[in-house]
Amino acid sequence: MELAIKVQNLTKNFEDVTAVDHINFEVKKGEIFGFLGPNGAGKTTTIRILTGLLKPDEGTASIVGYDVLRNPIEAKQCMGVVPEVSNAYIDLSAWENLNLIGKLYGVSTHRLQENATKLLKDFGLYEVKDKLVRGFSKGMKQKLLLCMALVNDPEVLFLDEPTSGLDVESARVLREKVTQYNKEGKTVFLSTHNMEEANQLCHRTAIINHGKIAAIDTPENLRVQSMELQHIEVLFDKQVNLEEISKHPNISKASFAGNRVRVYTANPSAVIEFLVDFAKRKGIRILSLNTMMPSLEDVFIKLIKEKEASPV
Amino acid sequence: MSRLAEQFRRSFVIAKKNIKIYYSKGPVIIFGLVFPLFLALAYVIGRNIPLKEVLPGLIGMTTFFTATSVGPSIVPWETRSKTLERLLCCPVALWTIIFGDMVSSFLFGLAISIIPIIYVLTLNIELLNFIVLLFSLIIANFCFSALSVLLSAYPPTDIPATSQMLSSLVKFPLVFISGVFIPVEQLPEWGRIIASLFSINIFYRLNKTVNIRKGLLPIGIRPLNDCNFYRNILFSSNKTP
Repeated sequence: MELAIKVQNLTKNFEDVTAVDHINFEVKKGEIFGFLGPNGAGKTTTIRILTGLLKPDEGTASIVGYDVLRNPIEAKQCMGVVPEVSNAYIDLSAWENLNLIGKLYGVSTHRLQENATKLLKDFGLYEVKDKLVRGFSKGMKQKLLLCMALVNDPEVLFLDEPTSGLDVESARVLREKVTQYNKEGKTVFLSTHNMEEANQLCHRTAIINHGKIAAIDTPENLRVQSMELQHIEVLFDKQVNLEEISKHPNISKASFAGNRVRVYTANPSAVIEFLVDFAKRKGIRILSLNTMMPSLEDVFIKLIKEKEASPV
Repeated sequence: MSRLAEQFRRSFVIAKKNIKIYYSKGPVIIFGLVFPLFLALAYVIGRNIPLKEVLPGLIGMTTFFTATSVGPSIVPWETRSKTLERLLCCPVALWTIIFGDMVSSFLFGLAISIIPIIYVLTLNIELLNFIVLLFSLIIANFCFSALSVLLSAYPPTDIPATSQMLSSLVKFPLVFISGVFIPVEQLPEWGRIIASLFSINIFYRLNKTVNIRKGLLPIGIRPLNDCNFYRNILFSSNKTP
């Protein structure tokens, strides 16, 4: 198994705060790896260490086999970075920005022209390539950042909250491009708040909180590990008493979600039988009934709460 | 060796970017063009001094102010706009970025200080002396640009005005101990010691020697000064916010 990223015992302290606390993980080549966590969890600090902007206090990290501390130039040569904050040069045009970054990666002039033209066309920025970035919208700037990250055709792409603050259409285009890039065999390290985004894009996901990794697995496996979070949503034609429903031994919790009744259970088939029987006994009709798997968001919240509840 | 050459190549890419972005910035125009112009006018107007007496001071001041005007702007500006992080994410060493900043500062200083040098041609000085003058101008520009980048690196700030202000606090006293306004011989003992440590004094004395008197000064001192400045920049730059 070839590794694109390997992190061992990585730790970073800021005065008395431990931002990243002895974390370990590996990302395989060709994988989209999601990095989820609440604000201040240590996501950006981890990315900053991996991209050579911060030195860790302990531990090692390597990109495509190059240690980020011992061989930073070689490690950086293999990566492209889309940071959390837009940092293209606003006094330069889109074309000049791409040329600058390409040349800093040592891309030959001919290849640079080809790559820059293709990327700007793909992202719909070719028409404005000679305009100063100062006048670009947030979506255009974010697309340009992705172009800048891809201009050297990197093996590993780091994305720190890439769709944060973007409109739906721009976010969709960005996700499509990331998927397309990954299909070419490239590795993507995606830090995000957006559970749906991680769910759609990522092959595996790590959940980080208070600088520690709470779980690493595929989004599907993470959901399966939290089956107690699966629920059934049922819509009756009349109002029902929740207490009567909650009494069933297979139902852990029942609540209203709008005009629907939401019941949490680890045994959905038994609960569906009970609900059908309940409706017959009460002489009411079931208008709709849906079994819902736990979302990645449910799993995320559960894991974060568990971590916070556990003693330090 | 090829890796080192590649890093130097990337330094010049950074320098080219700096030229495009920072040469037209307000503080650079004010501190690099307007200010030395008015200082030079104040130095010349109303003083009945022959051109060959005026030129050493004029060249010294012009070179010093122009070559130190770009450096203090770049690092704070790039820190504030987060573009410094963009550069640091690229496969370039810290020294590559600093060297690029120095080169852009150096070229600005060199381009402007060529103007008073043109006047030197009217003085009929010896060819060897003129070559020495050009050579010293290049080294002085390099040294002053290194000083300017050093001044921008510490204390860490992301406000260009603060950096310019702090660099002025260092630059003005340096001009006064350079011998341009007060002859170094008239300074107290401690003043002469401090003056001897700084390149502007050496550059001014060299200009004077080349233009007015005959003979050469040990200009080898200056490259040593450059190395010292550059080493200090690398240490200080790690503290940039």
